[in-house]
Amino acid sequence: MELEDQEKIIETIQAKFEGEILRTEMLYDFLTITLKQEKIIEVITHLYHHPDTKFQYLTTLFAVHYPDQNQIGMVYQLHNLVTNLRIRLKIYLPIENPTVPTLTGLFAAANWMERETYDFFGVLFEGHPNLKRILNVEDMIIFPLRKEYPLEDQVREDKNDLMFGR
Amino acid sequence: MEVKQPATDQFYQPREKQYTYLNLGPTHPATHGIFQNVLKMDGEIIVEATPTIGYIHRAFEKLAERRPFYQITPITDRMNYCSAPINNFGWHMTVEKLLGVEIPKRVQYLRVIIMELARITDHLVCNAVIGVDTGALTGFVYMFQQRELVYEIYEEICGARLTSNIGRIGGFEREWSPKTWEKIHRFLKEFPLVLKEFEDLLNRNRIFMDRTIGCGGITAERALNYSFSGVNLRAAGVDYDVRVAKPYSSYEDFEFVIPVGKNGDVYDRFMVRQEEMWQSLSIIRQAIEKMPEGPFHAKVPDFYLPPKEEVYNNMEALIYHFKIVMGETDIPKGEVYHCVEGGNGELGFYLISDGGRTPFRLHMRRPCFIYYQAYPEMIKGSMLSDAILTMSSMNVIAGELDA
Repeated sequence: MELEDQEKIIETIQAKFEGEILRTEMLYDFLTITLKQEKIIEVITHLYHHPDTKFQYLTTLFAVHYPDQNQIGMVYQLHNLVTNLRIRLKIYLPIENPTVPTLTGLFAAANWMERETYDFFGVLFEGHPNLKRILNVEDMIIFPLRKEYPLEDQVREDKNDLMFGR
Repeated sequence: MEVKQPATDQFYQPREKQYTYLNLGPTHPATHGIFQNVLKMDGEIIVEATPTIGYIHRAFEKLAERRPFYQITPITDRMNYCSAPINNFGWHMTVEKLLGVEIPKRVQYLRVIIMELARITDHLVCNAVIGVDTGALTGFVYMFQQRELVYEIYEEICGARLTSNIGRIGGFEREWSPKTWEKIHRFLKEFPLVLKEFEDLLNRNRIFMDRTIGCGGITAERALNYSFSGVNLRAAGVDYDVRVAKPYSSYEDFEFVIPVGKNGDVYDRFMVRQEEMWQSLSIIRQAIEKMPEGPFHAKVPDFYLPPKEEVYNNMEALIYHFKIVMGETDIPKGEVYHCVEGGNGELGFYLISDGGRTPFRLHMRRPCFIYYQAYPEMIKGSMLSDAILTMSSMNVIAGELDA
């Protein structure tokens, strides 16, 4: 991504949302902007409508659990198909209360992506029309992709894992 | 005021509009996979559809968090199993991007050949099945014979057929044998004839056209809003193809056309796939023609298992072998997103590495999962038989949908 394109995007956000940007970086070939969690939907809506950016395609949306920081990171990847620019927006939510407004008002595609994120991480999307589990069974009580749920039974004694990985 | 009914009409009740609820699926022979839809029907017209998914959910994203990189390749096979090699290479390229490995031109071209063969098989299955759902079983049988030829090519390269686990991080595990090339040339000679025959059978077939034109359509605006990708988006008239938008594996070296449709209905999707198969054939021919000389794998001894003769006779090779199998290699920390044009859309891998043996988090952007949510909207107001046709023309693969 060209430097001027990056600056233009960052300026577009700065112009309306002063002080919302916490950090910007290039991760490989992807411009990543970390924002404060409160105004994420407003920022995405602004980028959607602003003539300089017009990010009108939601590539993907998902969460990451960081157990050391007690945070859940939400990642939104947006794409402008005309100029072929992509950006990634990140916010961090506290693990005790991972709540974020829904994006379904802007992108119909966000519906199932948010349900999947709720299903696996327990992120609550305020205003979502149908926030139910989607891939797991409905009576599941845990959020399985969080790091506190190990894939295998960690107290197994018949298997010595000392030599093999974590 | 209450009107007293005459005694003769005491059993009469004003009729309310009644709907039938029809449970289509989960295992219905017409749905080609495990999809459940509860349909609210007014006669034969669908009023509302409620899809339930997740019947074959296998927690790939969680599984990947405990597997070393090279063991994740077989997981990707089981997503879109109609074009497994594209998933494999997509994952390999993601890891290579994270490691910053430079891949030899020859490997890239070999990959292009396999990926285009996989695209052909994917489109071929889907189009043949559209034929079946409209009542034309003949084309299906002819096309499946050709798929067999492609599977024989895979078999020659990697030993597997459906869930291929083809290639390695960095390239291929061995040089392609002369037999492989022979089989590829045979396919290139035989397939165009069959494809032409298939086109003659359906493309301008009055019954087929009447059945498919205007069925299961979606506008470009809605398709974009639903984050469609791949053929479904192109059929609606948006020329977005990852191979052109963000070329990977040297796709910029080849001349090809991105076919687009107009109405986004079943017929347009069918025709776009049909044309893409011709384009894929042309890409394969170009790749064979331009095939550069060089090694069949990149020089990444930390990730690429050395050949067995080396392991037994060479100390470095033995060390690398041990390190790879035991997961002792250093992996850079980082976050990387890589996407490839899969059989049915933009297939993306978002890999977060914390320097450990396994990914910290792997998110897969599965195109099916994203566009299948538009299905209720697409079949609303259409007939039950159109709903079946719409689903098969969208190329929804249960393995990818449920991950």
